[in-house]
Amino acid sequence: MKLVFEIARGDFTAAGKASSGIKKVLKQLLVDPKTIKRIVVAVYEAEVNVVAHSVGGTLTANISGNEITVVVQDYGPGISDIEQAMKVGFSTASRKVREMGFGAGMGLPNIKKNTDELTIQSQPGKGTMLVFSISI
Amino acid sequence: MRLTEIIRLTRAHLAIGSEIEVRDIQKAFSSDLMSDVLTLDTEHILLITGLANVQLVRTAEMADIEVVLLARNKKASPEMIELAKETGLVILETPYSIFRASGILYENGLNPVY
Ligand SMILES: Nc1ncnc2c1ncn2[C@@H]1O[C@H](COP(=O)(O)OP(=O)(O)O)[C@@H](O)[C@H]1O
Ligand SMILES: [Mg+2]
Repeated sequence: MKLVFEIARGDFTAAGKASSGIKKVLKQLLVDPKTIKRIVVAVYEAEVNVVAHSVGGTLTANISGNEITVVVQDYGPGISDIEQAMKVGFSTASRKVREMGFGAGMGLPNIKKNTDELTIQSQPGKGTMLVFSISI
Repeated sequence: MRLTEIIRLTRAHLAIGSEIEVRDIQKAFSSDLMSDVLTLDTEHILLITGLANVQLVRTAEMADIEVVLLARNKKASPEMIELAKETGLVILETPYSIFRASGILYENGLNPVY
């Protein structure tokens, strides 16, 4: 099963549509609630990052057999130092983002914590691609 | 602690939510930082917060939190209420500060997550 979501830049009210949609499907598939939570927390933080830090992108979730794989692709500006971005507390978030309850530099580390596998590829100026998978 | 007791102790107003009489909550967490709430490994807690926006409702949905208490007279917006109806979130509003609401509930036996 493949689910595709568009994520628009700066649209904070829309952040959560993908994670919410994915949550509904996983519940229907009777996936264990703790596993669902790990998945949707990771998806939600990834959505917020696209809204907060990029110009927009798409999120695709593939559910097959005993695994979910999520691909989050955005169109820029990219991350120049991924190792630094992964550190707890590192953030370039604007005041607006912090007022939303994010921007403490905890998103990427929490995505890492909740996923079985995570790869981040980024081309400064072009965009960022996050791929993560969790067995269900 | 029964939800009705939480409401009574914090003089809370019910902004949205159902089945109030049957709900029971063991633990609470106070934070304005949604990223921090999203790191919790405990579910079905009470979240006490000063952050009243749509992200709060979404965070509660993802974190399996069914009840939030808005401190210091923060009001749930129409957008929050709309989304809370969809996700089944109970939103309470208290005139007390986060500190006071947390203190009262702690003193009366509601447990901390940490
Ligand atoms: N999709 C993205 N595009 C560009 N930069 C990003 C993206 N995701 C994360 N970043 C960068 O990595 C930093 C850390 O991200 P994160 O851990 O989620 O913390 P936060 O979002 O709270 O700043 C961000 O502040 C930003 O500089
Ligand atoms: Mg983030």
